[in-house]
Amino acid sequence: MSAFLQANLPFILAGISVGGQYALIAIGYTMVYGILRLINFAHGDVFMVAGLVMVYTTAALPIYISIPIVLVATVLLGLLIERVAYKPLRSAPRMSVMISAIGVSYLLQNCALYFTGGLPQVYPEIPFLSRSVTIFGATTKMVTVITPILTIILVVLLVLLINHTKIGMAMRAVSKDFETSQLMGVRINSVISVTFAIGCFLAAVGSLLYFTNYTSVIPTSGAMPGLKAFVAAVFGGIGSIPGAVIGAFIIGICENIIKGVGWTTFSDAFTFVLLIVILLVKPTGIFGEKATDKV
Amino acid sequence: MKKIFALLLALSLICCLFAGCAPASGGGASGDVIKIGVYEPQSGDNGAGGKQEILGMQYANYMTPTVEIGGKTYNVELVIADNESSNDKAVSAATKLISEGCSVILGSYGSGVSIAASDTFASAGLAAIGVTCTNPQVTAGNDHYFRICFLDPFQGTVLANFAHDKLGAQTVFCLGQLGNDYDQGLINYFKQAAEGLGMNVITAEFPENNSDFTSYLTTAKNEGADVIFAPCSISYAQLIVEQCAAQGIDVPLLAGDTWDSNVILNAAQGKNSEIYVSTFYAEGGDKDFEAGIKKWINENPTAKANNGNDDMVAAVTVMGYDAYYTALEALKAAGSGDPAAVKAALPGVTYKGVSGSIAFDATGDAVRDTAYIKAANTETGVWDFVAVQGVN
Repeated sequence: MSAFLQANLPFILAGISVGGQYALIAIGYTMVYGILRLINFAHGDVFMVAGLVMVYTTAALPIYISIPIVLVATVLLGLLIERVAYKPLRSAPRMSVMISAIGVSYLLQNCALYFTGGLPQVYPEIPFLSRSVTIFGATTKMVTVITPILTIILVVLLVLLINHTKIGMAMRAVSKDFETSQLMGVRINSVISVTFAIGCFLAAVGSLLYFTNYTSVIPTSGAMPGLKAFVAAVFGGIGSIPGAVIGAFIIGICENIIKGVGWTTFSDAFTFVLLIVILLVKPTGIFGEKATDKV
Repeated sequence: MKKIFALLLALSLICCLFAGCAPASGGGASGDVIKIGVYEPQSGDNGAGGKQEILGMQYANYMTPTVEIGGKTYNVELVIADNESSNDKAVSAATKLISEGCSVILGSYGSGVSIAASDTFASAGLAAIGVTCTNPQVTAGNDHYFRICFLDPFQGTVLANFAHDKLGAQTVFCLGQLGNDYDQGLINYFKQAAEGLGMNVITAEFPENNSDFTSYLTTAKNEGADVIFAPCSISYAQLIVEQCAAQGIDVPLLAGDTWDSNVILNAAQGKNSEIYVSTFYAEGGDKDFEAGIKKWINENPTAKANNGNDDMVAAVTVMGYDAYYTALEALKAAGSGDPAAVKAALPGVTYKGVSGSIAFDATGDAVRDTAYIKAANTETGVWDFVAVQGVN
């Protein structure tokens, strides 16, 4: 048993760790969807930009100054995208906003291509997180252990914020009914801004953890994690925060177990087959609310 | 008002587009310029390697900017197209070079993109000289693609021999990118040779844009691999080296020519890694050439940035340098810049380059029978020469 555990623990550890990182991105998708009914395709690229900002700031500044800069810059980027690309389309059909999001996604990728010159950028080592640790004979980075703990702490804080503060109440109201809450005097723009700020903050934390594990940033680095986080959000029921987190952990762990079993070729295919199956069987996801269409 | 504003915005964007095009299309007018097309990746997974290969050509062009054909001196201009390391961008990059009126094509780094653009060059009647694309399919079955480096069947056998003789390996774990012609080709030839030598070979594939290699490495460890053979692109290699060290897997890493890059050295520096690569050229082979190119790289900030911010000479840079001179020899032999004449002259071209003598066989491949094996020195961050390895 202990030999089996020792041989297979690294797969589970990698799965939990990558699941936590997907969860932090997935929350951004699910919150924005809950409020705006918009799938923010640029979210994965915001995550990538956070990685690049870290690369460039640590080149000039010590690490304990760069981390806050990364967090603030990512939040500002999210707010800027919302203001420039989504807000003017608030009354436009939902499809226009979605197309605008895809445009922003490509814009960010191509800007990153321009700035990096297409070369992979080496992510700096964060002293505490990059350290190697041994758990039950399996050697891994500290970040693998920190990720799930940090993810759960952040999610608990977020749920408290949504359930017990005034802005949280406003967010819940807006996600229930956009127009009515506007009529009730909820300042819709500030609620949306806060949503984007929280989503981007979590994406920035996710990028710190993710790139400490996988230390190279390329312009398309955000594409795959973004897509998988999106699948996680749909899997858990888009619009539901606990759903997104659980979905992300399930996807991360299953993906690594499949690699461990030896079906390496199918590890990505699995994720997307899961998406199709859940859409066929339970279109609203595990925790999704059944939508009642008002006729 | 809003509509007018949107229209103005769109128009100004279109103007920017034309402004960007103007200098590029205006350059080809003068009569005594010969254009050599450089078909290389400058972005994507192979961007770093492609840039280093271009550096060799640019340095050669800086050293010898003219060529004398039939008693007339022509200026040589390099036209560079970025194939973005992607098979579906290959054709548009190739078409760009054809429309610029190039006489001959150099490249590409990466076999997949070379194969993808091969037909496009063929239908335009252009000859191409592959610099470091090692997959046999690049030159097989056509008369327009040539190459100056060794091939994967040779390289795979060399590496299998090295793993067997020098590393004493019994079980080898092979890791390559799914659907990548270079990775899968080289692994296949390695496997054939290794199984012939009585070694046990396990293979695994990772999808494009993958960044989590911990599971693969754990599998390798659980299977009791003595050597991990991972001939993939540099951007993945960097992650593999890093994650191998983080997981405390002390199995030697073995790879082909792609890993011969300072990116790998930087990733391995200060870690407990053991890395061996086979390559085209060993440092110190030609001291004068190395001194010259290092001076040029140090004087030229863009070149230095493209070389990963140091002045180490990569084997692909040397190959790029030799490819440029091979192209000049072909132009001289052809007696004109006409693509058809260059193509007809190429099979007979011979050249003594920095990386060794170059002559083409019947399929258009260079006749090469040695590869150099180098090991990464994790303390000093340079490559240590290990052995000249041939096929037993």
